This record gives sequence, structure tokens and C-alpha cells, in this order.
Amino acid sequence: MWTSFLIAVVVLLALALVFGGLLGFAAERFKVEGNPLVDQIDSLLPQTQCGQCGFPGCRPYAEAIANGEAINKCPPGGESTIKALADLLDIEPQPLDAEHGAEQAKRVAVIREDECIGCTKCIQACPVDAILGSAKHMHTVIESECTGCDLCVEPCPVDCIDMVTIQPDIRSWSWSPPEPDIIATDRQGART
Amino acid sequence: MTQLWDFSGGIHPPENKQQSTRRPIQAAGIPERLVLPLQQHIGEPAEAIVSPGDRVLKGQMIADVPTGMGVPVHAPTSGTIEAIEQLPVPHPSGMADWCIVLRPDGEDQWTELHPLSDYKHCDREQVLQIIRNAGIAGMGGAGFPTDIKLRPRGDRKVETLILNGAECEPYITADDLTMREHAAEVVSGMQVMAWILRPARCVIGIEDNKPEAIAAMRAAVQGTRIEIAVIPTKYPSGGEKQLIRILTGLEVPSDGIPADIGVMCQNIGTAMAVSQAVLEGKPLIARVVTLTGDALHNPGNFQTLIGTPVSYLLAQAGLQGAQLNRLVLGGPMMGYTLNSDAVPVIKTSNCVIAATASELPAPAPEQPCIRCGQCALACPMELLPQQLFWYSRSGEFEKAEHLNLFDCIECGACSYVCPSSIPLVQYYRYAKGEIRQQQAEQLKSDRARERFEARQARLEREQQEKELRRQERARAAAEAQVKKQAEAEQAVQQADTVDERAGKAALVQQALERKKAKAAQAADTDAPPPANATEDSQPLPDIDALEKQLLQAQGKLNTMQGMLEEARAQQADNVDKLERAVAKNHDRVERAQQALTDARKVLAKQSDAPAPK
Repeated sequence: MWTSFLIAVVVLLALALVFGGLLGFAAERFKVEGNPLVDQIDSLLPQTQCGQCGFPGCRPYAEAIANGEAINKCPPGGESTIKALADLLDIEPQPLDAEHGAEQAKRVAVIREDECIGCTKCIQACPVDAILGSAKHMHTVIESECTGCDLCVEPCPVDCIDMVTIQPDIRSWSWSPPEPDIIATDRQGART
Repeated sequence: MTQLWDFSGGIHPPENKQQSTRRPIQAAGIPERLVLPLQQHIGEPAEAIVSPGDRVLKGQMIADVPTGMGVPVHAPTSGTIEAIEQLPVPHPSGMADWCIVLRPDGEDQWTELHPLSDYKHCDREQVLQIIRNAGIAGMGGAGFPTDIKLRPRGDRKVETLILNGAECEPYITADDLTMREHAAEVVSGMQVMAWILRPARCVIGIEDNKPEAIAAMRAAVQGTRIEIAVIPTKYPSGGEKQLIRILTGLEVPSDGIPADIGVMCQNIGTAMAVSQAVLEGKPLIARVVTLTGDALHNPGNFQTLIGTPVSYLLAQAGLQGAQLNRLVLGGPMMGYTLNSDAVPVIKTSNCVIAATASELPAPAPEQPCIRCGQCALACPMELLPQQLFWYSRSGEFEKAEHLNLFDCIECGACSYVCPSSIPLVQYYRYAKGEIRQQQAEQLKSDRARERFEARQARLEREQQEKELRRQERARAAAEAQVKKQAEAEQAVQQADTVDERAGKAALVQQALERKKAKAAQAADTDAPPPANATEDSQPLPDIDALEKQLLQAQGKLNTMQGMLEEARAQQADNVDKLERAVAKNHDRVERAQQALTDARKVLAKQSDAPAPK
């Protein structure tokens, strides 16, 4: 009677040791460097690097989200980013936190080139190196690389940088969804 | 008899082709003004190589694509370049794009042409270059540059060259009439392409509702190895993938192109343009356009110069303005409504329908999907239109993409059969657009991340280098110190007298003390008076910050003034800019000063108030 108990306990202990060892080995052998969730979150953020969320760039904010920070602090990403983050983290989407700014149409910085004095302050401020120029020479924004973060506007001593909303053009145009129509009987009613 | 296969789905809409086939192709003539969009093809837009005021000859190149994919644009007739400006172009958005405006002089004077009578003795690359320089892009609707299409990737061999004469879409008869009247040119164009590609088989697929075209083409291919395949009439048998299926039984893989399975499809109009470009040296400056619809008095096909405004063409075909309800560019299935008749005909425009209200009535209102499955039966691509519709409407684009949304050829068969009149194709187009936009944004954000990380790494590296240099300097200084000390000691030893050593030590001691005293003094002056700081810790940092701001502003102003004076001395051209900057900074300094004095007043009040206590 007692021996069978003992055997069971010993067998289970042995199994626990074996599997524990295996798991421990696997945890060491197949260790993932860094938090993969941070990468996933980072890839959903718009990468404007504007710092409106209060963190110095998108990656720090992604790290903060992975550690439980609210997901609604990114105005450039707006509703769609919040929705994507909520899907990824399996939490309820929240409305955008107005404290950090409102969602705006996409913008780019444009330097009024005849007013630029060539002080290079905006070049130092640009998080994505999208401003070209050198000291005492006119600077210009590389439009295709500008994320519209507006970090270059404040440092400019002569206030010659404008944030311009990108207008839709024929090459960026795409079809809009069909408008929800009135129902058939309504139209018939309208005709008669 | 060629073996034919069938594709699944398809529909049989009323053909409505007889209206425009009653008369031969007519010349539309030269309008008062030609509008030539710089982008009439897929790829990079062309860049104008003429300026307003230039006189150009018929067939002269007026815009070219310097780098990237694209084909040039040519002057359709001789005249003067009037402007290069943004004007409405044929596009479903109705938006404007860059166009060259040409005012014909009526002389219609050709530029010098270089025909190649014996192309078979030339290099294939040279002939391809001629095709490119003639501005030829697929004339069936997509506008893909023909020379690039005729250059399949190295490992792909084209076994079957197909000429698409199906023209399955209702109303359109441009290819039909071209085959009837220009059969020889179409065949010679196909021969040029066959010579370039060296395929094992050449087929011209024509729907059986065009007996005259079939007869003409049969006569023209006598003595060549080109087959004529008569295929049953069914929409959309003229779709590239469908025609390939009918003629070869092969299926183009998803995400693939016909060249992947050794097949290439070319359009009838393109073949004619290739023939004219190679054998006559003429660039693509005109095309056949079908003008039809019940609102026209004389429907028919017109040989039209590229750039001719649609309004001019409609007048040629006898438009009865009162009856016109809707203007459609392209066919009724795949075309789109034109908001304005000011847009020009471009290389890809094959048909204009001026429809009356009863002919193409406004689409019936959309009703709920009843899951009848008609759309799935009609779909020639064997997709699941219903599911695509649900996902597109609810914004679940990933799922739609997973169901091969991008294989949809937007033929409109599903919308045509839908008993609830759901505009299915528009939902798919919308979903495709959204997905493309998301992809573009993703690409951009990835690039931004890369740049941000590269910048971060660079800043870090610079910091490290700075640190290294600092350490280097510190070490050098320390070494120098050690050396000096050693020298001093040596000197002392050499001096040999204890007195002198003591004297030196005293001197050093004195120097050290002086230094200490200086440091203490400096610390006293640097530190703010501590009395207030402890009492009113609240407003004081404010003052500090403001003082700092003021100092900064003054500093900025000084640098600006310095720069200004320098610029003035050198008489540089940015003096006025700098003057403005100085004025701005003056304001800034004043503002900072104001803020500081205000803050001081507040502070004084606060410190006065508790004093009597």
C-alpha cells in the first residue's frame, strides 16, 4: 500500500525534474532577445517621432505601451492606430487623449526659402534628417521624408517654416466607398 | 480549327455595337486646341521638353521620361505650344494634371521621319527603342509601356503571342473597325512583335460577333503563320487572363503576369501603332475612338488626334445636347462617368458613350445582399464576390486581401447580375485603394523609423567620439603635468639646497591658496543670494528661467547683429533677411524683459507682504 504511494510520488518527482530541466534548457537555448511585443507595437506606430505622446520618439512609446502605458496618446496615428493597437493587445480601444493633441490631416514642413538665414537649427531638430542645408546657406525640406512632426518649427529663429497640409492629387487619389443610398421605396416616393 | 477552352462565369449583356459599325472610320479633323497630358501611361510622368511659344512639327517629341518607366509624348500636328498647365484629364477622380496645350496652325506639317523598311536586319534592341520613342503604351486601357512589355525577364520565353481582338465590352467597336479597315497594318505590327519575341505560336482571338473583321483578318494573314481564333461571344472574354484561358487553356498565376506562363497579350490598336512606328517611322499621335450612344446623331468610329477635346469629338458626331444624360469614357461595364467634356482623348481612350437617360439610367438604389450567389456564378476570376463585399464594406481589408481581392479585374460582371443592385466593383476599388494607401504609409513609416534609428546611432557615435577626444586631451594634459613636475623636481635636486626647496614649496603653497580663494569668490558670485531662495522657493525658479530666457534672447540678438554687421561689411545679399531676423529678435528680447520685470514685481509684492509678520 505505502510502497505504491511512494512509487507514485517518486515517479512524479522524477518526471517533474526531467521536464523542469527540459523547460529550463529550452528557456536558455531559445531565449528571445528583447521584447518582441515592442517591435510589433513599434511597427503599428506612425513613426513621426514627434514626441507628442510625451516620450522621446515612437520606440520609447512602444516600450511604454508594452509596460502598460495607455494606447491613446498618439495624435498622428489617430483612431486607426488606436484600433490596430487595441487589436494587437486585445484591449478595448479608447478615444484619442485630447491632452496630447488632436488628429490632423497629414502635413509636411515647408521652408520659406527666401527668409531662411541658414542657422542649421531646424536640421538639428529634425528627428529623421529630412532637412538639407549647411551653415549660412538656404535649407530645404525633403518632402518625401518629412513626417510632419513639426519639431523644426519652434527652433527656427526667423519663423520661416510652415506646416502645410498635403492636398490630395491625381496620383494619390483613390475610390471612395459608395454612398449609403436611400432605400428604393423612398426614391419611388420622391419621383411621384 | 483551333482548340478553345472556356472560362468560368461571364455574362451576356446587350451588345449595342451595331450603332457605331454602320459607317467606316472617319477622320475627326484638327480641333482648335489640343491638350496633351504628360502622363498617359503607367509609370513616371513625362517631362516637357518644349516651352510655351515654341513652334513644333507634327510628330515631334514634346515630352520625354528621362529616368524610370514611361514613354514620350509627341505633337499630333504642327503648331505652337500655348501653355504647360494643370488641366482636367480623363481620370475617374475628375482632377487636373499637367498638360501641354498645343494650338494647331492648320498646316499639319510632318517632322522628318525615319522609317525602317527592313527591320529584320536590325538589332532587336534598336527596334524596341524605336517603339519606345514612338510613345507607344498599351492602347487597350491600362497604358503599360509596350517596349517594356516586349522585354520579358531574361528567364521567361514567350511561347504564345496573342493579339486581343475580342473587344467584348458592349458599345465599343474601335478594334472591330480597325481590323476591318487596317488588317494589313495590324498583321504587320504583330509580325514585328513576333520577330522581337520569337514565339512558337501567334494567335489573333476575335469574338464571333464580328464576322467582317474575321473575314478581313483571315485575308490579311494569308501566307503567314498567324492563326485566327474565332471565340464565342461572352463578356469578359477580352480580359487578358480570360482570353489566355480561352486560347491556351493556361491560367495566369495570382500575382503573376502572362509572361510567367509563356504568353503575351497585345492590343489591336497597339499592333497598328507598332507597325506605323517601325515601318513608317510615325509616332503614336492618333487613335481610333468609338463615339456612340443614343444622344449622338452620327455615332461611329473616328480617327482622332491624341489630345482632341471630347467636346469637339461629340460635336463631330452630332451631339444632341438636350438628350445627353451621362457621358461615359470607356465601356458601360468598366468605364467611368466624365464630369466634364473638356477632357482630351488620350492614348488609352477607346470609347465615349453619350447616353440618354433611358439608355444608361442612374443605378438603382443599393439594397441588402440576399446571398443569392449570382455574383459568384458570374465572376470570371472565380473569386467570392459576396465575401469580398462584406469585408470591403466593413473595412476588414486584410481578410479581403486574403480572399485574393487583388485578383479582381473589376470587370463589373458581379454588379451587373446583382439583383440587389449593389455597386460591388466600387466597393472593391475602394478596398484596393485603401489597402494600397495603407501599404504606402507603412512603407513611409518604415523608412522614417530607419532614418530615425540611423540618426540616433550617429548622434551616439558623435558623442562617443567627443568623449574619446576629451579623454585624450585630459591624458595629454596629465602627462604634461607629470613631465613638468618631474622637471621641477630635477631642478630642485640640481639646486641642491634645502632652503631653496622650502622656498619653492612655500611659493607653490601660496599659489594654491590664491587659487582656492579665487574659486571660493567665484562660487559666491555665481550662486544666487541664498536668503530669498530659501524663503520663496516658488516664484524664484521662474525668475531664473526668465533671466535665462532673456540672456538667451540677448545672445541670439547679439549674434544676429554680429552677422548683420558682417553681412553689411561684405555687402552680402542676405542683409535684408538678417535685418528682419534682428527685428524679430528685438521683439523677443523686449518680450522676455517685460516678462522678467513683471515677474520681479510679483516677487517684490510677495516678499513685501510677509515682511511685517
